Amino acid sequence: MTIRPQSGHRVDGLVKVTGRARYAGDVAAEGVVFGCFATSDIPAGKVTSVDTTDAEAEPGVVRIWTHENVPRLPKLTHAAAGESLLPLQTDRVTFEGQGIALVLAETLEAAEEAARRVRATYEVEPAQTDFRMALDQRVVIDDWAPLSTSVGDFAAGLGRAQVKVDQSYRTADRHHHAIEPAAVLAIWDGREMLVHDSTQWGYGVRAALAQVLGLPPTQIRVVSEYVGGGFGAKGSVWPYEVYAAVAARELGRPVKIVLSRSQSFTAHGYQPATDQRVILGATEDGCLTAVRHESINPTAILDDHIEHGTLGTRSMYQCPAIETQEHVVRVHRGSPTFMRTPHEGPGMVGLEIAMDELAYALHLDPLELRRRNYAEHDPTNGKPFSSNALRECYDIGAERFGWARRTHPPKSMRDGNDWVGWGMGNALMGTFRFGASARTTLTRDGRVRIETGSQEIGTGTRTTLPLVAAEILGIPADRITVSLGDTNLPEAGGTFGSSTTIGVGSAVREAATQLRHRLNQLAAEPGLQPHEYGEVLALRGLDQLAAEGGWAPSKESGNFAMFAFGAVFAEVRVDALLRVPRVTRLVGAYSVGRVIDPIGARAQITGGMIWGIGQALMESSTMDHALGRYVSKNLTGGLVPVSADVPDLEVHFADEFDPHASPLGARGVGEIGPVGVAPAIANAVFHATGIRIREVPIRVEHLMGEG
Amino acid sequence: MPTGRITITLEVNGTPRVIAVDPRTTLLDALRECLGLTGTKKGCDHGECGACTVLLDGRRINACLTLAVMQEGHRVTTIEGLASGAALHPVQTAFLAQDAFQCGFCTPGQILSAVGCIAEGRATTRETIREGMSGNLCRCSAYPEIVEAVFLAATQPGSP
Repeated sequence: MTIRPQSGHRVDGLVKVTGRARYAGDVAAEGVVFGCFATSDIPAGKVTSVDTTDAEAEPGVVRIWTHENVPRLPKLTHAAAGESLLPLQTDRVTFEGQGIALVLAETLEAAEEAARRVRATYEVEPAQTDFRMALDQRVVIDDWAPLSTSVGDFAAGLGRAQVKVDQSYRTADRHHHAIEPAAVLAIWDGREMLVHDSTQWGYGVRAALAQVLGLPPTQIRVVSEYVGGGFGAKGSVWPYEVYAAVAARELGRPVKIVLSRSQSFTAHGYQPATDQRVILGATEDGCLTAVRHESINPTAILDDHIEHGTLGTRSMYQCPAIETQEHVVRVHRGSPTFMRTPHEGPGMVGLEIAMDELAYALHLDPLELRRRNYAEHDPTNGKPFSSNALRECYDIGAERFGWARRTHPPKSMRDGNDWVGWGMGNALMGTFRFGASARTTLTRDGRVRIETGSQEIGTGTRTTLPLVAAEILGIPADRITVSLGDTNLPEAGGTFGSSTTIGVGSAVREAATQLRHRLNQLAAEPGLQPHEYGEVLALRGLDQLAAEGGWAPSKESGNFAMFAFGAVFAEVRVDALLRVPRVTRLVGAYSVGRVIDPIGARAQITGGMIWGIGQALMESSTMDHALGRYVSKNLTGGLVPVSADVPDLEVHFADEFDPHASPLGARGVGEIGPVGVAPAIANAVFHATGIRIREVPIRVEHLMGEG
Repeated sequence: MPTGRITITLEVNGTPRVIAVDPRTTLLDALRECLGLTGTKKGCDHGECGACTVLLDGRRINACLTLAVMQEGHRVTTIEGLASGAALHPVQTAFLAQDAFQCGFCTPGQILSAVGCIAEGRATTRETIREGMSGNLCRCSAYPEIVEAVFLAATQPGSP
């Protein structure tokens, strides 16, 4: 389907184009105190002293906390925590950028200046920040998914192979770079803690704060009216949020902490680099006989994050023998965290470049190779897919891209000074489903209000949910409003894992169904029409009628393997002399179940594809391992795509209804977009230049020399 | 470091505003913290992201890269002052028409930058718009829609 934006599509559009949308950092509070962390200059050691004399001389400083005078807090053990170790609670330093002092001051300027004036001395310990220098210290740790899987006899499969690929691939450390720096304003009234927070998971913040503050969750209210992008960085609970609340309670005044851009590099995680090895064996007609995928990523000294770079490989292709293995290496860096797109985002870079290499080893079209290894069911656990329209994606994507006109040999599509390359990659992402609840309330004017403790982070939740309720209630979506971003509303999970439409959408569907059911009961006679809803309330003397609904994944649905699928086709041009790789065209076709909001879904995908361009050609948070810190903690040294980097993008969705993933027929959309783009581009670069690059980002220096 | 406050007058959205600022206060922080005009956003505080773009005497600038005291007597237009009463500015209307935003955080800066870009005569083709708008980051990456919105606003009859 071809989708075009339409005027006023987003229900929160007007407040966003007029500057009236209120983000956490925009909220004012009488008597507010500004907080600013001073952070460690070293990656490993002990703080021996913190001299705050000069900092305290700054007019307006209210208090400075160091490890010597900070209120003692319990370890942050709640699952929502991004890091378990709260800074200042110990003199131990395990990464550069860890908080060593928190300045609280009357003005933002005073807080920032005083934080700059804090002087710490350290007992420096040897540090290792480069996981590639410590691969021999790799370990296996427990996580929500197994770190190793094995099906079939890999050695036998490889022995049977007539063609083999055995290569190593690398992805880079990257940061989320939401344009809104994380912000929190905590207000303690002596009984209740009100927290305005730029968070993807208000209920997670509430639970974590309850644990640390020793308060019942009901005495904590987390509000996030609008969130200026999260991409995973705001999906967990991090120390600045905890300390804003602690300081507000201690001082008896509102406390606001807004991270600086440079602090954003070390305060709420990053996507860790991966080192991958992919071994593929195939028969000479291109049928896989053996697949092995290993992935290693760095994690923190004290906290665990496994990037799960092999998850996609477990399910992507039909093969009798598939082995996967993941490891982590502990380094002196802050904890990595989820980042759009976790797991398959980095992992498919390795698998899909390897598949392209296999195609060339076989002299076979890369798309045809994938068709020949199409998985009819999940090859690792044997479960049937809940729904899978990948073949339709291949057809649509190839047709729209014009793949049939591709000539197979590298450097065969030169246009003037440009080498032109066409490459493709598969996209795959696991489906995360979280339970949620919602309330729908009808008023006498025939309008309906949806209430749920979910969040709007740019993904269009306020626009999508009314479409779900409208379908059930039979009234236009513009008569339905949404209240969200408040833990006083019915509980919903985090806005991450592409899970909101599935979980919250299904809860809204159930709440709307209950509302309709109760209206039918109240109606005097059968056959109640939507335009009569208001009359029913009037007839019964009611001002409003509310119904709650919840949804959680059924046990039976666990019998299915659930993934978003896609096929991405990329065109790159590389000037034969200058060697700058540029993406000039991307076509993506996706299988995501039923698409509830085509305009919003398309925007999610195009945005995601642009993230894929960033992963392919730009994004790398470079560290100086001698100093154990990032080289450029800013947006000029750490590149992200800008408007001039963005080519023509085309998005297509397969016509599909997934009967198992959710009652809506939908799977997730938010994070499939970036997957598969980087390998498609890398494969296009090979096709253009004949130079095989096995790491991303691919930069001009990779393409000098040969050719 | 000087910490005494200095009283200045800025003409903000057509109205003279007298404020007492720290000499270190940027124009961005003065707008947000002193005047409560929080539509102007702080994304990086270093002139890298464009979220704080405002019009200064009709030209687009990064409000984080200038001190408030340096702008004594100058005219500042923020997102709050762009519409004429209930009538949206054509660039705002175009952003709505093209769905040119997702989270909305960079949007005020994008819109002010687009107004400046069009006024500079740089918004003649999609290609020049892509270049002229590349100082404004959108991490949601609504770039295709932003380019269409600016093109629409720049080329429609009676465009600014």
